[in-house]
Amino acid sequence: MANYELKSLVEWDSRIREKVAEFGLDCYTQEFELCDHFGMLGYMAYSGMPSHYPHWSYGKSYEKLKTLYDHGVSGLPYEMVINSDPAIAYLMRDNTLLLQILTMAHVYGHNDFFKNNFTYRTTRASLTIELFKAHALRVRHYFEDPSIGIEQVERVLDAAHALSWQCRRNLAIRKLSHSEQLERLVEAAHPRPDPFHRIHAREVVHEPDLRKVPVEPDEDLLLFIRDHNPFLREWEKDLLTIVDEEAKYFLPMMETKIMNEGWASYWHKRILESLNLEQGPHLEFIVRHNQVVRPIPGQINPYYLGFKLWEDIHRRHTKPTAEELKRDGPPAKSGEAKLFEVRETERDSSFLRRFLTEGLMREMDLFKYEARGDDLVVDKVSDEEGWREVKETLIRNIGTSSIPVIKVEDADFGQNRTLYLKHNYEGRDLQLEYAEKTLAYVARLWGREVVLETTLQGKRSLLCYNERGFSTRALK
Amino acid sequence: MRIAYNGMAEEEPAGTMALESIFREYSRSDAEHSDRSAGDRARHRQKVRESIRENIADIIAEESIIGKDRDRVIKVPLRGIKEYRFIYGENSPGAGQGQGDTRPGQVVGKVGKEGQGDGQAGARPGIDYYETDVTLDELIEIMFEDLELPNLERRALREIPSDRSFKRKGYRHVGIRIRLDKRRTARQRVMRMLAARQRQAAENALEVAEEAAEPEADAGGGDVEEQGRFPFHQKDLRYRHVETDTKEESNAVVMCIMDTSGSMDTMKKYLARSFFFMLYQFIATRYRNVEIVFIAHHTEAREVTEEEFFHKGEAGGTFISSGYLKALEIINERYHPSLWNIYTFHCSDGDNFDSDNPAALKAAKALSELCNLFGYGEIKPLGSRYYESSMLNVFRRLEAPNFHSVLIERKEDIWPSFKAFLAKDRIKE
Repeated sequence: MANYELKSLVEWDSRIREKVAEFGLDCYTQEFELCDHFGMLGYMAYSGMPSHYPHWSYGKSYEKLKTLYDHGVSGLPYEMVINSDPAIAYLMRDNTLLLQILTMAHVYGHNDFFKNNFTYRTTRASLTIELFKAHALRVRHYFEDPSIGIEQVERVLDAAHALSWQCRRNLAIRKLSHSEQLERLVEAAHPRPDPFHRIHAREVVHEPDLRKVPVEPDEDLLLFIRDHNPFLREWEKDLLTIVDEEAKYFLPMMETKIMNEGWASYWHKRILESLNLEQGPHLEFIVRHNQVVRPIPGQINPYYLGFKLWEDIHRRHTKPTAEELKRDGPPAKSGEAKLFEVRETERDSSFLRRFLTEGLMREMDLFKYEARGDDLVVDKVSDEEGWREVKETLIRNIGTSSIPVIKVEDADFGQNRTLYLKHNYEGRDLQLEYAEKTLAYVARLWGREVVLETTLQGKRSLLCYNERGFSTRALK
Repeated sequence: MRIAYNGMAEEEPAGTMALESIFREYSRSDAEHSDRSAGDRARHRQKVRESIRENIADIIAEESIIGKDRDRVIKVPLRGIKEYRFIYGENSPGAGQGQGDTRPGQVVGKVGKEGQGDGQAGARPGIDYYETDVTLDELIEIMFEDLELPNLERRALREIPSDRSFKRKGYRHVGIRIRLDKRRTARQRVMRMLAARQRQAAENALEVAEEAAEPEADAGGGDVEEQGRFPFHQKDLRYRHVETDTKEESNAVVMCIMDTSGSMDTMKKYLARSFFFMLYQFIATRYRNVEIVFIAHHTEAREVTEEEFFHKGEAGGTFISSGYLKALEIINERYHPSLWNIYTFHCSDGDNFDSDNPAALKAAKALSELCNLFGYGEIKPLGSRYYESSMLNVFRRLEAPNFHSVLIERKEDIWPSFKAFLAKDRIKE
């Protein structure tokens, strides 16, 4: 049982906040809620949201988490924080006092990150709770509407969930409006002024097709279907909007998992080290900290990777090695300034690309593996010859890079209202069973035939889904 | 409960930091009353059940469930409840971390087993788990949920009284010890005690007023003067009264007749056995009292045990009529049709002696008059039907509404045939 009272948590919290301010972290107001393991399982199933629309998949997720927990396969996190203003964090009440202190310090790290990292700008933290509540109300309303009902709602939600991550990856890049896209198209079609046009053969001008939908390939599958399927009813469109908004709320978390966890771990360490803990708690802190940021052989632990990178950035700007001094010159910024700058302007893929050095990779013994037959076999290790490839593989397996990019090319393929999708192939095949089933979902929402161009085992192929079912054929 | 501690705010150095944190204490009652995922879990379980029902034919076709204990746990693949997304297939390479000595060529895991470390819930699409455990009992229940037993209503007459259920009905002053209702007994005592004390008080008051005679002792009420002790009295005792509820129960008997002649090989027997298994399980879910009779026949018929029925092969020719006559004999002796619902099913490979056909047809006619449902299943594993004779043609002449014949060629046919067997009769009703 817990060895503390709420009052001591409050006291420790104020001491931690002193340090937080001293270090210059910039946080939203923080709310802590103590919960038991059932509560924590519940929050985990619903991604931490105090209110969320109902769907069977969350029941499934709860059962799965509970089974894993009951069988001791996986423990529960010490905390959960959600990106909202005020930020809400759940603390497991059965944890020891030291663990609560560590967790609170960790939570402030996340809180600062949510408030300052650029990817979270689009999430409107102050409205988070209301947004999810409103979604829940709307979905429940459709459940109860006798002309709709749970079956119909699930039909749409099941399909929409399957496509929720098929959306724009970097929300900081503004999506061009339809007229801007047209302008760009026309501009591109105009031949460039050529001072030697007299001697050159006349360039063939291709008339751009201004009626094409979409003008430029569109990555927001749900929104595209919402706006271009005229047969969808209002409540169906609303469900697509809800699922899309939610995905875009969670997208930044996916995009900054390594940075965010590393950042929180880095700061909980520095805060706890500055609190002058007594020896007993201090030893416990070291044990717990090492449990959180420990390498997991064969996998990538985002806490560990992130933590190592942040430490390394700080080191390079405070105590650079002689070699680094020679190569890069003296550091232009102080360690802290650099940390805060990076925390604001990077996301996982750019963070790794810039700050994961060959030396660090070798130290962490990162490798790339491939499937050969039934075995996963190490293909490249972080040596002089292989580290770039290992790094590239790593970056392609984190966050949204692990989700295939699929764009709408044409909404009226063959003048038949067939939806033409194209997979941006870069060497990785789609899992065919999943592609088939997901394509069926697209067809369900689109209401007509859907085709997907991709590459399977080196051959360009077209996957089709129409009223006759699923089929594949090779393209020339 | 919501507590905001504002007192600390003054000690805070002024900065960009918010001035206070809010703590919400754990409250047991809140935690216990808000099982927010209950609805979604129930819906998920419903989905699992639906998925099992859809795949039931495949599951039935698995050999291993036939004849197994009802508590046995079966792994059932679930198709309907995976959450599909576009994901990369197995040819996409991954990255991992080693322990410092990783070399190219080293095996680090198995395909499909090892996941990436990055496991934010819902964020990373991965291959779903796809199996669940159900007990055979649950499976049988799901299996028969949407089948109805034909002719159940029509045989209202065929019910015999069974007094298996007991019903509580009121309370009595006398009864056996085990039915003593302690709570009511205690209450009776308290009531009597209060009554007695009240009367005592009233009498005392009277006494003071009149300064007269001594109080009378209550004849049955025990010693009222002794305020400390007030023992139970015979009158306090209350017993639960139980009435035996005589209900009209329907009983059923399943007659399994199987050809055990030399031509019935293991595969054929296995198919027959699956069919009998389902028939028995199904009828067992609908009637409280189900008996089962096994009749094995070649040229002669015998009543046998289950063990012998499925495992003993015999040699020789086939007289189907012998099995039917034996069944008729047993029905006449033990299962009078006015008391029993009779389900007869016969499995054979149809390789009957031609001379026996008229007799078999006659006996079948007699059986179908007595039975609720009489079925014939001809088991001909693929490829064998062309050079063997068939009883299906013979039975075509049998015009009884409750007779049904099916042809089973593969194990996948069992479930459809079984459904057809039960459905045919239902349509007629």
